[in-house]
Amino acid sequence: MSTADIKSVECMEIPEHTVEIITNSGEGAQKCAQIFGQTCAKMGNGVWTVEIIPAEIEPPHHTVTSTSGNIIRFGTEKITNWGDQSKLAIAFNDQVLLSRHRLDSLKDDCIILLDSCWQQHEDEEIRRMYEEAMDEMSTKNYRFVLVPIEEEALKIVDNPSHGKNMFALGMLAEIYQRDVSIIEKQIAHIFRLKPPKVTEKNIELVKSGIAWAKENLDFQFRINSIPFDEERIVMNGNQAAAIGAIAAGMEMCAMYPITPATSVSHELSEIIESYGGMVHQAEDEIAAAGVAIGASYAGKVALTVTSGPGMALKTEFLALAIMIEVPLVVLNVQRGGPSTGLPTKVEQSDLLSSLFGQPGDAPRVVIAPRTIEECFHAMITARRIAETFRCVVIVLTDANLATGVQQFTRPPLDVRWQQGAMDQSPVPEGLRPYEWDLETGLSRRIIPGSPGGQHTVTGLAHDEDSLVSYHPSSNELGMKMRSRKLAVFQSTLMPPELHGEQEGDLLVVGWGSTEGAIVEAVDRACSEGYKVSTCQLTFLSPLEPGLKEIFSRFKNVMTVEINYSDTPGDPYINEDSRRYGQLAWVLRAHTLVDVDCWTSCPGQPLRPRDIYTHIIAKLEPNEEGVAA
Amino acid sequence: MSSIAISLLDLEADSPVCLEADDYQKRPGKWCAGCGDFGALNAVKRLMAKEQLQPEKTVFVSGIGCSSRFPHYVNAYGFHGIHGRALPVATGVKLARPELDVFVTMGDGDCTSIGAGHWIHAIRYNANMVVLLLDNNIYGLTKNQTSPTTPQGYASMTSPRGAVLPALDPLQATLGVSNASFVAQTADWVPVHMYATMQAAYEHPGFSFVRILQRCPKFTPDVFQKNVENPDLTELLVHENGVDVPALEQLFKARRVHDPLNIDDARSLARRSDMLRLGVFFRDDSLPVYEKVRAVPKVSAEEKVARLNKEFERYAV
Ligand SMILES: Cc1ncc(C[n+]2csc(CCOP(=O)(O)OP(=O)(O)O)c2C)c(N)n1
Ligand code: SF4
Ligand SMILES: [Mg+2]
Repeated sequence: MSTADIKSVECMEIPEHTVEIITNSGEGAQKCAQIFGQTCAKMGNGVWTVEIIPAEIEPPHHTVTSTSGNIIRFGTEKITNWGDQSKLAIAFNDQVLLSRHRLDSLKDDCIILLDSCWQQHEDEEIRRMYEEAMDEMSTKNYRFVLVPIEEEALKIVDNPSHGKNMFALGMLAEIYQRDVSIIEKQIAHIFRLKPPKVTEKNIELVKSGIAWAKENLDFQFRINSIPFDEERIVMNGNQAAAIGAIAAGMEMCAMYPITPATSVSHELSEIIESYGGMVHQAEDEIAAAGVAIGASYAGKVALTVTSGPGMALKTEFLALAIMIEVPLVVLNVQRGGPSTGLPTKVEQSDLLSSLFGQPGDAPRVVIAPRTIEECFHAMITARRIAETFRCVVIVLTDANLATGVQQFTRPPLDVRWQQGAMDQSPVPEGLRPYEWDLETGLSRRIIPGSPGGQHTVTGLAHDEDSLVSYHPSSNELGMKMRSRKLAVFQSTLMPPELHGEQEGDLLVVGWGSTEGAIVEAVDRACSEGYKVSTCQLTFLSPLEPGLKEIFSRFKNVMTVEINYSDTPGDPYINEDSRRYGQLAWVLRAHTLVDVDCWTSCPGQPLRPRDIYTHIIAKLEPNEEGVAA
Repeated sequence: MSSIAISLLDLEADSPVCLEADDYQKRPGKWCAGCGDFGALNAVKRLMAKEQLQPEKTVFVSGIGCSSRFPHYVNAYGFHGIHGRALPVATGVKLARPELDVFVTMGDGDCTSIGAGHWIHAIRYNANMVVLLLDNNIYGLTKNQTSPTTPQGYASMTSPRGAVLPALDPLQATLGVSNASFVAQTADWVPVHMYATMQAAYEHPGFSFVRILQRCPKFTPDVFQKNVENPDLTELLVHENGVDVPALEQLFKARRVHDPLNIDDARSLARRSDMLRLGVFFRDDSLPVYEKVRAVPKVSAEEKVARLNKEFERYAV
């Protein structure tokens, strides 16, 4: 452990790297990482970022629970997930670093740039904690480089908490030879609302980080980028969903703040009014659903955005929208549950409640974007489905997509997406409000303002005239028609594409944001000769067609999900009692295939290595038949 | 009759064809005989005829309860939603389509119990709509359970030994909310007053909250009986900016000139329990109206795409 000697700089060319910036919360790790990630993307690298955020705004500093940070995996090729472990880390203190060590997030030979101010700190307690932390971490072969981060920052700013992050950014810029002009531009943009001095100071800090690294570090990494000629954009999943909502012609977003969905509404609040729309921050999630439904009923294209607990509150209203066949798009950015759960962390635990969370039989469409790019396109698809089928469409993303940053081809926009929903032409005499096509369940939507169309929608059982009816046959007809629409929609879908061979020993099925990690794990297994393929479902209600046939071509089928399932072999857990992962549950019922699952809910995205381990365990079970 | 009138309206938006009160009735109400909701429906029909509201440009929103069946009986667009949640739906309608006339009907359980949160906030949003609280002091549709407005001591199926708490007063509650802009009380047994109050509510640009004391012969036959029988127990609040019906002078001796702009008087009058008071307690036409405050210019589809393309620059690699 030493400050690097001066130095002949060794520059290694590598295909990819994973970097962690680890700080106390409030020390600007996110800003530093955002700029770094964006810079990498703008330089043409593939990027995937993951935020590490405590649930509190600013928990006590210098503790293992105060860790705020960000992981940036970037490389020459496209990056689809956060990978296995970090290879370089910048840590502002030993305690936040220790928290990452304990989570096994750092590679055995990880290079760690740690602030040097703690080792000889005047406070004995801090010195003691430092020593203990170092002791605990000595089981690994981390390569420590002590850096006077705080000391250097103090040369430029009075409060180092508002400066160390930019110094760190400077070091990263030097280590990875980033284009400093891109960094400067972003700093200027981020602080555009502050006095110009703020931008200047921040740039000065970056430069001092660069200078320090130049002088003191003896290593550099080169990560090339493949030139591309299409236009690309870089954003996180919530930004993609927000921009997608506007591209889809959505005019009303009613919401109530809830992590990790809120930033969708931040993004929308900033710009939607210049598109003639609005964000309505309602008094609660129930009201948000009500306002969105009211607006949609009256002919606007409406969206409500929330996360698990808010989803629970919207339940009754969603059933109403389904019952009266008012189109509605609901974006659920999933977080860890149940209850308040893990507000800032990823989980895929709202699948079943999204499918079935309403009283009575309430068929709806559920789609789960797999990538940040798909978060954009999902909004356009969702609107289209909601209006065509007069139904509720739930878009399930998650905290991983929400805050992860990725670049993708700039989507071409279509002016037809902006078409208003309102058709106020007079209603033909005799047209009934629910004049269901008995084959498809489809019917013309009548919007207030249309002469001759006056009728009262009702959440009570109703007939084609929207009259309250308790008649057995009219109730059954309504049920049938609302359900039929899903079958009709399913008939327009294609069977899922497989990644890998069309048959084999194991098919891994995932949904949503886990695609990148699963594919990476499957590829690893395939390269070792295993016969594994994977498919990632996007449509969960109705399910994509052909699943049973696809499953029949594999000896085993297993889902991989970020939610809870019982582990076979645990006390009391047997074939009778075992609760499966949520997608496995659905697939078992749907296909009558004995679909197994490996699920995990660690409050962070899945690692390819863990998925890989469980793929191998499934293919080569040890004596007890469980994962080694 | 009504269908002919509608088809004529179809032909010409500003048709000279005059709709009568009965043209606004879509089908007969199905409440119990003697239910006060009939009177409210009559007053609404009269108001609609007086204002010649276009049925296709009018939306009635309700929750769940006897009173929430209201939209089914009106010749207009109707939204019979879920219990307690009429106001968010109505807010959404108004935000989407400020040009539509929006009416809301709610029961006392609907508004002051399950929907109380929305009620407070809808008052503050002050969206321009007429909001009728049909207050029968009981849960009617679910057959006789105590509501927040049930008088203390009054027995129901859920409080067989009488309601234990003092009743919640919707007027005081409403008058306590910032940005409340119109608060009135009327009674189904004084139809002229009810009509005049609805008229004032309709004219007021904002959230016009009208509590209608509504008789429920089925479950609370006696709660208003004293007042129905003896007009001397009722004081009318009169003012040119509120409600003043000369025809009622004979019947109601107690009249008080009350300027609806005076919030302090309004609150203290609402608090007093010496007499029943009907009239406009508070009215301020100058307060911010949500859909107006939030209004933004329309943008063409082409312009939106152009702006969005520019937006992408921010994210360009
Ligand atoms: C979520 C929910 N909870 C409870 C009910 C049952 N419910 C229907 S109407 C009602 C109360 C009706 O009383 P009120 O609102 O005063 O209307 P009224 O029938 O007296 O006009 C209740 C509790 C329901 N429909 N939905
Ligand atoms: S129960 Fe009461 S409120 Fe309901 S319809 Fe009958 S009389 Fe009217
Ligand atoms: Mg009632």
